[in-house]
Amino acid sequence: MEIDLSQFRDTFFQEAAELLETMERELLSLRAGQAGGDTLNAIFRCAHSIKAGARTFGFEAMARFTHVLESLLDRLRNGEVEASAGLVELLLRSVDVLRALIDAAASQSAPPPVWEDVTEELDRALAIPAAPPLSPREPAPDRPAGTEYDIRFEPAPELFRLGLDPFLVLRDLAQLGTLAADADCSRLPSLETLDPETCYLRWRLRLKTAAAMDQIRDAFAFVEDVAAISIEPAAAAVPAAGVAAPVAGAPTTALRSAARESSMRVATGKVDRLIDLVGELVIAQSMAAQIMNGFTAERLPLLREAMAEIERHTRELQDRAMRIRMMPVSSIFGRFQRLVHDTAQALGKQISLEISGEETELDKGVVERIADPLTHLVRNAVDHGIETPAERQQAGKPPEGRLRLTAYHQGGNVMIEVADDGRGLDTARIRAKAIERGLTAAGDELSEEQIHALIFRPGFSTADKISDVSGRGVGMDVVKKSVDALGGAVALQTAPGRGSTVRIKLPLTLAILDGLLLRVGAQTYVIPLVSIVESIRVRREQVRDVAGCGDVITVRQEPIPLVRLGRMFQISSETADPAAGLVVIVEHDGRHWALLVDELLGQQQVVVKSLETNFRKVEGITGATILGDGRAALILDIAGIAAMSRGEGLSNAA
Amino acid sequence: MTQQTLVAADGSGAAGPSSQYLTFVLGEEQYGIEILKVQEIKGYSAITPIPNTPPHIKGVINLRGTVVPVVDLRAKFSLAATDYNKFTVIIVVNVGEKVIGMLVDAVSDVLDIAASEIRTAPDLGGRVDTRFISGMATIGERMTVLLDIERLLSADEAAAQQSLN
Repeated sequence: MEIDLSQFRDTFFQEAAELLETMERELLSLRAGQAGGDTLNAIFRCAHSIKAGARTFGFEAMARFTHVLESLLDRLRNGEVEASAGLVELLLRSVDVLRALIDAAASQSAPPPVWEDVTEELDRALAIPAAPPLSPREPAPDRPAGTEYDIRFEPAPELFRLGLDPFLVLRDLAQLGTLAADADCSRLPSLETLDPETCYLRWRLRLKTAAAMDQIRDAFAFVEDVAAISIEPAAAAVPAAGVAAPVAGAPTTALRSAARESSMRVATGKVDRLIDLVGELVIAQSMAAQIMNGFTAERLPLLREAMAEIERHTRELQDRAMRIRMMPVSSIFGRFQRLVHDTAQALGKQISLEISGEETELDKGVVERIADPLTHLVRNAVDHGIETPAERQQAGKPPEGRLRLTAYHQGGNVMIEVADDGRGLDTARIRAKAIERGLTAAGDELSEEQIHALIFRPGFSTADKISDVSGRGVGMDVVKKSVDALGGAVALQTAPGRGSTVRIKLPLTLAILDGLLLRVGAQTYVIPLVSIVESIRVRREQVRDVAGCGDVITVRQEPIPLVRLGRMFQISSETADPAAGLVVIVEHDGRHWALLVDELLGQQQVVVKSLETNFRKVEGITGATILGDGRAALILDIAGIAAMSRGEGLSNAA
Repeated sequence: MTQQTLVAADGSGAAGPSSQYLTFVLGEEQYGIEILKVQEIKGYSAITPIPNTPPHIKGVINLRGTVVPVVDLRAKFSLAATDYNKFTVIIVVNVGEKVIGMLVDAVSDVLDIAASEIRTAPDLGGRVDTRFISGMATIGERMTVLLDIERLLSADEAAAQQSLN
């Protein structure tokens, strides 16, 4: 019977990706000298699982590669081979090769040739000639010569329930040579109490074979995790590796979704709690419906209570539902260990990476989209921020640079910081470069904050040469754009000679926004809270008409251009005179604008609805939301408004 | 498009396949659109205007949590604007993957119109671009202009895209 395995292939790829992550993580901790007792075993099991899968699906190259890798890892965990730095590097490279092989298999393209080279290297490390051609059902050579092995095979009682048949194992062994099997039935209960789904049998086997130890072990490939197995040469010379595996589950994997899929794993507890809440909400709602039935004015307090209950449950439901999509940042922080080490090594620098707050959770969509910008920031810090050991010693710093990645919750946001204790950025140099690039004029007065914000402009880069790591000047503005697109903000803090910190603020979710509701004429608009600096009432003396450019408001000596939202949106506004209305100061790109509005309606969390779904993108608007009264209100895009006000050239009040 | 052979109520027996059209009124004229494109008919509700859009885009409404744009067909056909009353409706249609609302004076009937009854529209030099007219049918005494709603509303998109680029 042909079983169609293709549906399981995707699962295999996803699991293989997770196994490789575990392998890499353990190898890195090995390199850092933090290997635990189980580290080597864990690494071995990962390779082993991938090998089993590779063979099941017939991925030749992958199977052969993992076979050799597994052999080496086995020697490693038995202490026969020492985990030298060179070996760990080789193993890390093997992880890369395996990743490439998996990608090739997933995309059904040819495996990259590099795998054969690395296989050779692994062979050399094993100090054995190239592995025999892999054929799990290879008919045993008929020669009577060979070694005798004493094998003990004790499967766990639930072996059958896992769909495993010990007979197949014995059959495989028999094909390798001459097998004498002695079944130990001592544990077998009487027929009445026998549970046909439980395995009570154990075997003592004697195998005479010319096959290598690896091949013998291969026969136990699928049962290894659920049986106690020991294979020893009968003529006991060197104590061979006892493969006594505890009854263990698959290697634990972090809660992480594979990059190529759009599905995710969620803790069952989260889902259960969500379902409970929905139940409670339904109950609260039906209570309210009952009150409404034959409603009289006396029942009003009851109705109010019921509504309050519904509101409470709805709010918690919203919270919980959002949490379902949250995953810890460790899923992206994880890759940076390797990145930092490899890049630092390539540049001849010594850098230690400290990570804290990796369990901080973020919406899955945000996590995926912040990964690349963060990678760039980390690369930047390694490439430009931190100096070479020699330079550092000259500056009186320890030769090893420190790079710190931190994530934490603050208010309704998640903060991610990338901090280094490197050379920092020279404010004067930034300014000079900005003037050179025409981003600012020589006479412009800019605060230090504003000068630092110039880094995020397109085309800006103070790197003297273009390294292949970064430094092309295309990075920082893309970082800012990505963060802005997520509804967040990014800022730079730096001190020359001491280092830099890039601080990213991100919303907890993309779908919900903290906003300020305001009224212009008869229309309600929402401004994202993250863009608001303050709202003020303006005195007449603060308003000035700058020749031809429109009104400007001076706030604490800073001239801020005034934007009349009514005019920009062609709504008749009540307020023509800035001194009579309210002004909301907003920030974008390090600059400020003053928006003239009629009334502030309060702060609120709003659900963002896309305008593009049924309509199209409108400049100055990021989306819409539904207000409590059922009307649609537009959410303002400060970047767009800034562009519109600049482009139009503010015309003076008529 | 459903192709049905109908027997009319008076037993005359319609000849050939026919389709159902939702007819509505704009000013003096009666128009029709394929019923299968119609998602629902909604009473007039508060429309939120969108800045810097052509005059026939009245704004957006809340349709059970989805933000749906509303096109003022009167403006699109260059008719004079009118006051909205309780008969004013928004016909919500599915065009491609988008949900769009059309503001009309009033909704009339759902009519079965046989393919044989549809004539091609002469160029009236009138207010409706003939590109958007898929045909005309005379039902009883009334002439109904059948609109190609996809073309009508997608042309908007193309024009809008161009102005953005």
